[in-house]
Amino acid sequence: MIGRDLLGIEDLDREEIERILDTAEHMVEIGEREVKKVPTLRGRTVVNLFFESSTRTRASFEIAGKRLSADVVNFSPSASSLKKAESILDTARTLDAMDPDAVVVRHSVAGVPHRIAAVLDAPVINAGDGAHEHPTQALLDALTVRQQKGRVDGLTVAIVGDILHSRVARSNIHAFRKLGAEVRLAAPPPMIPANVESLGVKAYTSLREALDGADVIMALRIQNERLGGAYVPSIREYSATFGIDRMKLDYAKEDVIVMHPGPVNRGVELSHDLADHRPSVILDQVRNGVALRMAVLYLFSGRATAPETSEGASQ
Amino acid sequence: MSPPESSRPLLDNAGIERSLMRIAHEIIERSEDPQNLYLVAVPNGGVPLARQLATNLLEVADVEVPVGVLDTTLYRDDLVSTGARPALRRTEMPSAVDGHVVLLVDDVVKTGRTIRAAMDALMDFGRPRAVQVVGLVDRGHRELPIKLDYVGKNVPTQADEDVLLRKVDEGERLEVVVRPSQRSPEAGEAPT
Repeated sequence: MIGRDLLGIEDLDREEIERILDTAEHMVEIGEREVKKVPTLRGRTVVNLFFESSTRTRASFEIAGKRLSADVVNFSPSASSLKKAESILDTARTLDAMDPDAVVVRHSVAGVPHRIAAVLDAPVINAGDGAHEHPTQALLDALTVRQQKGRVDGLTVAIVGDILHSRVARSNIHAFRKLGAEVRLAAPPPMIPANVESLGVKAYTSLREALDGADVIMALRIQNERLGGAYVPSIREYSATFGIDRMKLDYAKEDVIVMHPGPVNRGVELSHDLADHRPSVILDQVRNGVALRMAVLYLFSGRATAPETSEGASQ
Repeated sequence: MSPPESSRPLLDNAGIERSLMRIAHEIIERSEDPQNLYLVAVPNGGVPLARQLATNLLEVADVEVPVGVLDTTLYRDDLVSTGARPALRRTEMPSAVDGHVVLLVDDVVKTGRTIRAAMDALMDFGRPRAVQVVGLVDRGHRELPIKLDYVGKNVPTQADEDVLLRKVDEGERLEVVVRPSQRSPEAGEAPT
């Protein structure tokens, strides 16, 4: 039964995840129409509250809201206005007084969306908080895998890169485990969180072993500031060992697909060739991102405490 | 799942087949250009009926009529007031509707709200030359100015009864039954 807020995949069960994915599958069709708009959220307001800069995710939520006919307001408080003694919660309360029907929050500190959700009447959707969770990214990844492979259950998914600092990795681990996939992590040892086995995944320091028999390879973006330091000695070394190119695809299954949350550091986590061509499905991920966020806005928006009804009555 | 049989039959499979054959004849009789027809089913109940009508139209007048499926859920007028988030169903329109005479096909028509939603949805797919409505059962209780162009059976019912098209023993045969409402005011079966 879907709750009020979407704060993390960790809070969802398999049935809820599948309901979101099923809804998103139908939303995909709207994106293929000539008129890419339905009146569902007419007169509703969605606020994008982004404390951390983001072009892609914000645009994706904005297009999703507009395709459902919601009014979408982008609000990106600058660091300076926050310094002016207006706290995050004050900002959120001010927005809430304008009666939005959903507030999409991104912040560089883990847990901020939860804090905001606790004080708002409007449902809160987490669009990425620190290194904690990025639930809509994981859901659109699961949707893409389901489309490409016809299922998620029983697949082997290898997540490669800076797991330690990645909210995308964390949300994806939860999502794919709950959907019945085997999840493997591959990274230089300093980039693998301690105790990660408790999440039901296996960590590898050999890419070859991690990719052996994989159906899906998910490469993570490597942040420049982590290179040439304690985590990895150099870009060159990282890309030679953990960068995905066509040769390394041979370790995986023949019909493996390659995913990346974007934006890609070409020639680092993915070769130039794989960034643009099959078996990478990066643009499918972007397209599915809009449909998935439409599903999330449909299922989670609204100020009335939504009774959990799967069907309504009208003839 | 077999519900306790407090339900009574309205139309059996043979009755449904007879109605759909008669409606096919009426459609041909009243159409200036049968080549121009386009069947659009409202799921779920409208889908098998529209398919059967297409088969009948081929048999009666040798015309191949395209069959589309149009989910009306995202066009419903009660999403905001009830807060309900019904499951979506598939939409599949095989070709453009522009210039066609569209026959919207639904199993049971009551308030007319589903048909209103279907008309709005249809307009997002183009500009049909005309829109007509086929209902297997018209049970009255209209809340909007919607009339049916082709009706299988007019059935006076209580507003608090459910009328539903269902498969007989999960097979291919269909039947329409009436039963006491199993809906709470805000939840219940799929709209028909």
